[in-house]
Parts: sequence; C-alpha cells; structure tokens
Amino acid sequence: MNFPDTTFFYLALSAALFAIGLTGVLIRRNGIIVFMCIELMLNAVNLTLVTFSRLYDDPAGTMLVFFVMCVAAAEAVVGLAIFIALFRNQRNIDINNVNLFKW
Amino acid sequence: MSPVVLSLVIVLPLLGATLNGLLGLLLPAWRKQEALIGWLATAMVAVPFFILVAVFASYSGEPVHFTLLPWMATGGLEVSFGYSLDQLSLLMGLIVTGIGTLIHIYSIGYMHHDGGFYKFFTYLNLFIFAMNNLILGDNLLVTFLGWEGVGACSYFLIGFWYSDMEKSAAAQKAFVANRIGDFAFLVAMFLIFWQVGSLNYGAILSEEGLARFTPSLSFWVALLLFIAATGKSAQIPLYVWLPDAMAGPTPVSALIHAATMVTSGIYLIARTGALYVTAPEVMTVVALVGAATALLAALIAIAQNDIKKVLAYSTVSQLGFMFMALGAGAFSTAIFHVMTHAFFKACLFLGSGSVIHAMEHAHAAHDPQDIRTMGGLKKYMPSTFRTFVIATIAIAGIPPLAGFFSKDEILAKNFALGLEGHTVYYLVWGVGIFTALLTAFYMTRLTYLTFYGKERYESHAHHPHESGPLMTVPLWVLAALAIVGGWVGLPEVIDHGHLNWISHHWLAGEHGPVHNLHVAHPSETIELILIALSIAIAGGGVLLAWGLYKKHDLAGDDRVVKLFGGMYRAMQHKFYVDEFYNAVLIRPLVSLAQLVVIPFDQKGIDGVVDGTGKLTTRLGGTFKKLQTGIVQNYAVLMAIGIVVLLGYMLFLQV
Repeated sequence: MNFPDTTFFYLALSAALFAIGLTGVLIRRNGIIVFMCIELMLNAVNLTLVTFSRLYDDPAGTMLVFFVMCVAAAEAVVGLAIFIALFRNQRNIDINNVNLFKW
Repeated sequence: MSPVVLSLVIVLPLLGATLNGLLGLLLPAWRKQEALIGWLATAMVAVPFFILVAVFASYSGEPVHFTLLPWMATGGLEVSFGYSLDQLSLLMGLIVTGIGTLIHIYSIGYMHHDGGFYKFFTYLNLFIFAMNNLILGDNLLVTFLGWEGVGACSYFLIGFWYSDMEKSAAAQKAFVANRIGDFAFLVAMFLIFWQVGSLNYGAILSEEGLARFTPSLSFWVALLLFIAATGKSAQIPLYVWLPDAMAGPTPVSALIHAATMVTSGIYLIARTGALYVTAPEVMTVVALVGAATALLAALIAIAQNDIKKVLAYSTVSQLGFMFMALGAGAFSTAIFHVMTHAFFKACLFLGSGSVIHAMEHAHAAHDPQDIRTMGGLKKYMPSTFRTFVIATIAIAGIPPLAGFFSKDEILAKNFALGLEGHTVYYLVWGVGIFTALLTAFYMTRLTYLTFYGKERYESHAHHPHESGPLMTVPLWVLAALAIVGGWVGLPEVIDHGHLNWISHHWLAGEHGPVHNLHVAHPSETIELILIALSIAIAGGGVLLAWGLYKKHDLAGDDRVVKLFGGMYRAMQHKFYVDEFYNAVLIRPLVSLAQLVVIPFDQKGIDGVVDGTGKLTTRLGGTFKKLQTGIVQNYAVLMAIGIVVLLGYMLFLQV
C-alpha cells in the first residue's frame, strides 16, 4: 500500500472509534450512553471521510462531513426530546423498558 | 332520419329505467308519484314507437344502420353496439314498442296502489330496452345481450311479488330453463365465429358466409339455435317454465310471456332462416317439435281452471304453431302469426287481468283466477267482455279476424310441403288441424265460463265492476287490431298472393331479409278446400263448446272428462311433465350434488382455502418470537448481518 504514513493511523483510529461506538450501542442500556455511542460512530465515519478527502485531494468528502454533522445535530435534538419524554413517563431512560412494539 | 334520433329507440327505455329506478330508490317521495312514474315510463316506450312508425312510413327498402358505440375489438373479433332496421326488425320493433306502450298504460291502472309501483315500471322499461337490443341488433352478440336481458327482466317480473315463495320459485324455474337454451345459443355463436369469423348477420347470411358452412356444421348450428329458441319460446322440452311464469303480474304475462319475449326464438330462426334452409333435417325437427308442443299444450289447456293457466298453455300452443311455420320454411308466415298472436293474446291476457281485478273485489275468499267461481260477468264488465270475445274469435281462427289468416297460412304451407313429397309434413298439418279444433274449443269454454251463464259467486255484497279507462282503452285498441291485423296477409287464392302484403311485399319481398323455402303452390281448388276445412274446424270447435257449456254450464266439463277418459286426469296434471323432470333430472342432480359436490366443496376446496390460512397463522406464530421489542436485539442482528455481508464481499468474492 502506498499510503502516506499518517493515513494508516487515521483509518485505524476511525475503525477503533467505530468499534467502540458499536459495542456501546449493542450492550449499554442507558439511552444517553447509547446516543453518545451513535455520535461516536458518526464521527468515526466523518474521520474516514476527511482522511480520504485529503488523500485524494477531493473536497467532496469534506463537504459530506458537514452534512453528516448537520444531520447529527438535528438527530440530537429529536433524540434528546424523546429521552426527556421517556423520562417523564417512567423515571428512567433504560431502553430495554421501551419494548411495546413486540408480539 | 338521423342516427341520433334512431338511437333514442335504444337509449330512451334505458333512460326511463335508470331514472325511475334511481329516483325511486333514493327518494321515497318519488315512489308515491304513481302518475308521474307511470307516464314517464310510458313516454319512454311511446317515443321509440313513434320513431319506428316514422321510419316505417318512409322506408325505402334499404336497411337503415346505426351504431351507438364500439363494444370490443379483440383479435379477429370486432363487435359494436350496431343496430339495423330492416323489414323484419322494424316489424318486430313496432310490435314490441306498440304493444309495450299499450301495456304500460294498462299497468298504470293495474298496478295502482302496489308498493313496488316504481320497481315495476323500472323493470318494464328495462325489458323494452333489452327486447329492442334483441330484435334491432345487427349482430348475434347484441342479440344475445338482449336475449339475456329479457331473460333477466322476465325473472325480475315473474318474481315481482317475491315474498311469496311459490312465485319466487317460479321465477327461478324460468331463469334456469332459459339458461339451458342460452348455453346452446352461446355454443352456436362460437361455432359461427369459428367458421365465418364474424358475428354480423350480414356477414353470416351473405353468400360467402353461408358457403363456409359444411352440411354438418349448418346442422349443428341450426339445431343449437333451435334449442336456444325452445328455451326462450317455450317449446318441448323446455316449455315448463312458461305456465309457472303466470305468477307475475298480469301485464307482465301479456307483454313478456305472450306478445314479445316468447316470440324472440321465432325471430331468431326467421332471421337466420337462410341457414335453416340448408339444414332440412333440423327444419323437420322444428316442425315436429312445434306440432307436438301445440298439441300437448292445447290438451292441457282444456283441463285447466285457472284463467291465466289456460291462456298460458294457449300461448305455448300458439308458439308451437309458429314453429310449425318455421319448420315448413315459411318464416314470414311465422312472423305474421307472431304479430296477430301478439294482438289477440295481449288482449286476452289484459282482459283476464281486468277480470281478476274485478273478482278480487267481489269475493276475497275464493281464488280470483279460478273460472269455476266466475260466470255471468258480461253484464258487469261490458268492455272487458266484448274485447275478450273478439280476441277469442280471433284466436279460434274465424274469418275475417286476425287469427284465421295467419293460422290458415301456416297449415296451408305445411300441407303444400306434404304435397311436394315430404310426407312427414302431412302429419304436422294433421296435428295442426286437430290443435286448431282444440284451440277453438278451450277458448270458447274459457270465455263461456267466465262471462256467460250463472254467477257462481255471491254477488249481493259487492258487484264486480268494470275497470277504469286506463285499462279498457288498451283493451279496445288491441281488440281492434285483433280484428284488422290479419288483413295484411290475405291467403294465396285471392289475387295469387299479391294481396299478401306482409310476406310478398314486406318480409320476403324482393329486398326483404326473410328467405322462405320455395314451395310450389297447391292448386286453387286444394287451397279453397283447405280454407273451408280450417273455417269448419274453427267454427266446429266454437259451436261444440258453446253448445256443451250453454246446456250444462260448469257441468259441461263432465262430458269432456267422459270423452277423454283416463287421459283427462293426465291433462289436468299437465301430463306429469314437471313430476317427470323432478324424478329424472332434478332429484338425481340434487342427490349427486349432496354425494359428490358438497363433500368436495367442503373438504377439497374449503380445505385448501382454510389450509392456506392455517399455515400462515402457524408460520407467523413461530417467527413472531423474533419480534422482542428490544431495540438492541435488532441492532445486534443488523450488525451480524453487516459483518457477514462485508466478510462475504471482501474475502470470499474475490
């Protein structure tokens, strides 16, 4: 591989962040933590995008990152509102309690 | 005349049915407007009648075509709602709309105060629409549309008082019997389309079209069309529905089951006459079935006591006469008899309706249709009495009234064919002569027992009274037609048939659509003898019955019983044909259904349907457990899925 030296580290960092985020999403029950883990995964992706953008000297990747950040911000607003509503209802935000959609 | 005006003939009755039907259905207030409903419906038939009269008056000899809509164009089949007014369809159209108008007017009086008044006129208009399609259509499919339509309307109207189970059963019987005939019609159409590639009468009956029929094919097509006709026109073996059809209101019996619908089989055969001439075996079958039906029905009619039943069997018998004419290749004569029969039989039925109305008021305790409880009605109902007598003389075949001319011509044509060496037609002729005697007898019996003699009911409470002008005026018009209607077809001996306008100048003339079989005319002496014989037979029948019932009144029947001996019981019970059909066809079919069809339906078909449902439920029950409601479970599954997919794409799919 003909990467400049730093590229490998950036990508490795990104993969690590993504794996941590995914693990958190899959095993934690606290809604806020899960939410933060999702943000972590999004940022891992952002990091990859920026890395490749620099590597190929193509601004499209960087542009896309701004979109992801915008969506993440909007998502944070909606998500936090949901958690507040949830908390008002059942005094905690354990996502395993939110299981009404089942057989 | 412009096609737009002509299309009104088809469209107006449909419009009338739609208007009355929808308004009656949606606005309860509309149902009470009897005059409005009745006259609206009448106008929707009267206007087409006047249009047809105008076409008739200005008819050039060339058929007038008009098309409403294209219907379907698939592959080689192109059918449109096309109509053609030629001599045959024009004459039939005049009969249908003319008599239809009179009967609509009569019904306004007859159906007064009936809860289903608006429904009755809706069906009546719908019937006229279907009948116009049947007779004016220029292709077999439009005719078939009308054929089915009149069958449906007949079903609606026989079962008009549907809360009476017996009447509703009669309606079903009529429908089923007609379906058998309709099936034959369909198969005949398939065969014709297969061979000719078109369903247009013009194409089928042209020389090129007819050349495509092999002898065996024309045999089958003619036979199938005849079977269709036996259903609609009540011939052996399918006639059993017509007597039961009298369960409907009397104007319906007059319009549908005497004057118009039941003659559609005769129309169909007359229309396709050119094809029938190429199938002489079928012609013989037609003549023999007609003769057998005429005789059988006339025998039954003698032993019936219900005024409408007598007339119903009389109708079957007269239809038999028409088929005798068709079988002898005298298609125009058959149509001539259709016309005269429409006049006097409609008059008789409407007269019987008037009598039934009067008897209902006079004594509710008895059956108002039983002639044994009537008698002496002539002084209470002068108009009904006079018109009924005129129509009776007409149907009995006494000149110069209408029935004589058409019936005599039918007999003469059969005799002429016998002279040509087709001896079987002598048999047909002989049966016809005997049936004519019976006809004169039972009609005189009916008239005498109804209107003359002692009053066999208690008349001091309520006198039977004459019906209003709405009912008597149509009676008088029909009676007048029953007198003069035959004069358009004077016999051959007078001026060599040049005065036989209906056959020689109209239907089977130079440009006429009807192609009679060419039969040499018998000599004038023979014709005169035949005419004298048929007058003697008719007069004899009338005098016989008159003398018998005048002397013995109702007890005259005893003499008839003695004369026929053991057969009389069979006649009274309609020769047990219904019982025979029940035992041979209906009951075996029902038990077969119970043995085979019902188990197969319940186990086989229902099993498949229920099984599909059960299988789906069970599968769902198993897999629903995946649906835990916990988001992380789904996320784990998704992650595993992505890992597997990625692994496959990166490592295995090189």
